[in-house]
Amino acid sequence: MRKSFDRHWYAWAMVVPTVLVLGVLVFYPLVQGVWQSFTNLNESNQRTELCDKVLGGGETCVPNPDRAKFVGLDNYVDILTGAQGSFWLQFTNTIVWTVACVVFHYGIGLGLAVMLNRSFRGRTFYRIALILPWAVPAFVAAFAWRFIFDERFGLINGVLRAVGLDPVAWFEQRWTAMFTAVVANVWLGVPFMMVAILGGLQSINADLYEAAEIDGASPWQRFLNITLPGLRPVSSTVILLGTIWTFNMFPIIYFVTRGQPAGETEILVTGAYRAAFEGIRDYSLAATYGVMILSILVVYATVYKRLLARQGEVF
Amino acid sequence: MTTMPPAAVAAESTGTGIVTTKAPVRRVPKRHERSLLASVALHGTLIIATFIALFPVLWVLLSSIKPASEIRRSEIALFASPTLENYRTVLTSTDFPVWFLNSVVVAAFTMLIGISMSASAGYALSRFNFPGKRGLMWVFLLTQMFPVAILIVPIYTIMAGLGLIDTKASLVIAYCTVAVPFCAWMLRGYFDTIPRELDEAAALDGLGPFGTFYRIILPLARPGLAVTAFYTFLTAWGEVAYAIAFMQGSDHYTLGAGLQQFVPQFSPRWELLTAGAVLITVPAAVVFFFAQRHLVAGLTAGGTKG
Repeated sequence: MRKSFDRHWYAWAMVVPTVLVLGVLVFYPLVQGVWQSFTNLNESNQRTELCDKVLGGGETCVPNPDRAKFVGLDNYVDILTGAQGSFWLQFTNTIVWTVACVVFHYGIGLGLAVMLNRSFRGRTFYRIALILPWAVPAFVAAFAWRFIFDERFGLINGVLRAVGLDPVAWFEQRWTAMFTAVVANVWLGVPFMMVAILGGLQSINADLYEAAEIDGASPWQRFLNITLPGLRPVSSTVILLGTIWTFNMFPIIYFVTRGQPAGETEILVTGAYRAAFEGIRDYSLAATYGVMILSILVVYATVYKRLLARQGEVF
Repeated sequence: MTTMPPAAVAAESTGTGIVTTKAPVRRVPKRHERSLLASVALHGTLIIATFIALFPVLWVLLSSIKPASEIRRSEIALFASPTLENYRTVLTSTDFPVWFLNSVVVAAFTMLIGISMSASAGYALSRFNFPGKRGLMWVFLLTQMFPVAILIVPIYTIMAGLGLIDTKASLVIAYCTVAVPFCAWMLRGYFDTIPRELDEAAALDGLGPFGTFYRIILPLARPGLAVTAFYTFLTAWGEVAYAIAFMQGSDHYTLGAGLQQFVPQFSPRWELLTAGAVLITVPAAVVFFFAQRHLVAGLTAGGTKG
């Protein structure tokens, strides 16, 4: 230990500020959050003391008899049995939402990146135009798409009317509303995938393609046998990150569908947020949601890494 | 990597009939020679993709210069008596300028604190093998998984305990929980691209690890630092969940919390929203386009060498 300190003290000194920040701002709240999920903390019982102003400016405080207390696994039982909130509906929504978004992000991003990786005239223009959505803050994009899908004044319904079709009340049905949110998020997220994959493509050795061409491999064979394997390190990272980010994507659902109709398009993250900050603030319910979300993601990431490792990839 | 057995290739090349003695004949055209059809398909697809990427932005921009009455019509028109009235209203008779200023302050402080904390950590992770390094890298990745839902309530109660709710400081602190691990991760990837020989040369010249870091590596890492700084700025600029939960008075809102005020459930004022959206996006887009070239390198370096 002593020797280790002598050798590594400067490395630790450089890391310490970050570790402290993480400890104070991430792990302490995390522990608190896990603790809160085992209590019945809400807006009305959060005080530990009740204080009364007395004449003369002082205060007398008595312990709050109704303060939040430990309730064991009650919150988890309530959530999983549906006694409180609508966990399973939101869970289904979250899975549909995440799978749809990540599949389209990756598929479209890969397609565009492969096209942009060739040399042709106008390539720079396309590249810059195609990453433009990335420059738009997520909540602004959410409002823009909400506006475009607006039932009465929106562009989409305007076009539908112009070609003689009936306008669609996008936000009055669960799956059409979910569709609008997926469209908005795909629009927002494709540029990141495209740029990351483009970086991966440029790191593939061009000689491989040359050799495959000489051997008479078709473009499709080259794509399957050179491009996709060459992209694996990048793909595995961006798919993992993309899944986590989409799972936790707050502003799109919150502003595009607003949970309409009647909370049917809420995902877990927005559901937790509404539990914590809308109506009677139920902090313990939100914390329980948070623990569930984190557990799902940790399990997912672990399984994902295992599968990759089994196939001989370590990232 | 070959996908065809040599025999098949041989058979094909004899089939062409122009067998030369030395170099094998290439039947496949060179990669940059593309048939007309392929060219049309390529450009066609890219033009459609570009259109989809651009039209929401253009539509918001066009709508922002229409009078309110035109936005509320069901027929679509690209231009309709263009006016800057919406911008005037947003800038003079709403709280928008205050929100804008609040966002600038919060984003700037998040950026400064995020970068200065994470640069040294990123360097240590890139250069030194110390016990706990792998664990720390895992922790950084793990923090990316923390949903806003699990941290927001405890951070809220902590901030309330400290009396910081409804202050800009609470937002800066909350945003650092997101920014610091991510910045450290990205900067580590950037530092990895700076040759280690420089460190060794500096050590031979008598510089200690800290001297090397401040005098040699930091100046070289300026592009990486700039990208990370921009990225942090944009994260704070576009954040909404914490902003809505923490900030209470309209004059304390940041843009993320304030903009929704224009479009309540009933009688939304889209003309104000579109003008506000344009004003929010312009600085973000300017910052972004300065950073995007480096962003690619920074992201892929950080991402692939985990």
